[in-house]
Amino acid sequence: MEVIQIVSIGIVATVLVVLLRQSNRNEFALLVSLITGIVIFTIILDKIEYVVETLNNLSRNTNIEFTYFSTILKIIGIAYIVEFGAQISRDAGENAIASKIELGGKVIIMVLAMPILLALMNLIIKILP
Amino acid sequence: MNIDLIFRIASIGILLGVLHTVLVKAGKEEFAYITTLVGVVIVFGMVIGLISRLFDDIKNLFQLY
Repeated sequence: MEVIQIVSIGIVATVLVVLLRQSNRNEFALLVSLITGIVIFTIILDKIEYVVETLNNLSRNTNIEFTYFSTILKIIGIAYIVEFGAQISRDAGENAIASKIELGGKVIIMVLAMPILLALMNLIIKILP
Repeated sequence: MNIDLIFRIASIGILLGVLHTVLVKAGKEEFAYITTLVGVVIVFGMVIGLISRLFDDIKNLFQLY
């Protein structure tokens, strides 16, 4: 079961990070936590692939506008990357950098969501008498 | 994904820590600093390769072109 694998990797990596931090090698502690994040993500990668595939088929069957669904998917991907980077820098104690990364991510997501917003506005205007 | 990568990087970190203290005790502070720097650069090179692979996976997964 992947769950047991993920939890054991997390615990072992935490012990290693504490060991490294204690011998004041903070840069290696940061690198080990970064690598653990990558390893755990690659373990669950095919699971997410399966979920994305089923959602794709679902949206295709119910003839929803496919661009909306792909925009949602893009936003989820961007959110995950921004979260990954912000947590790593927050872990290292750099809250300023973390908030800058999050700001950038929010702006990009806002830009991506703009077409949907415009479409919604047009719809509402059409409905109003 | 190979889990031994975590152990490899952690062991390099610990070794460099020990090496650093040994060299400092031996009175060669700048030499110790240089070896730690070289170690960090090497490990960081490996990590950057992995990060770019992770971002490629995410790009393919979420169709983020």
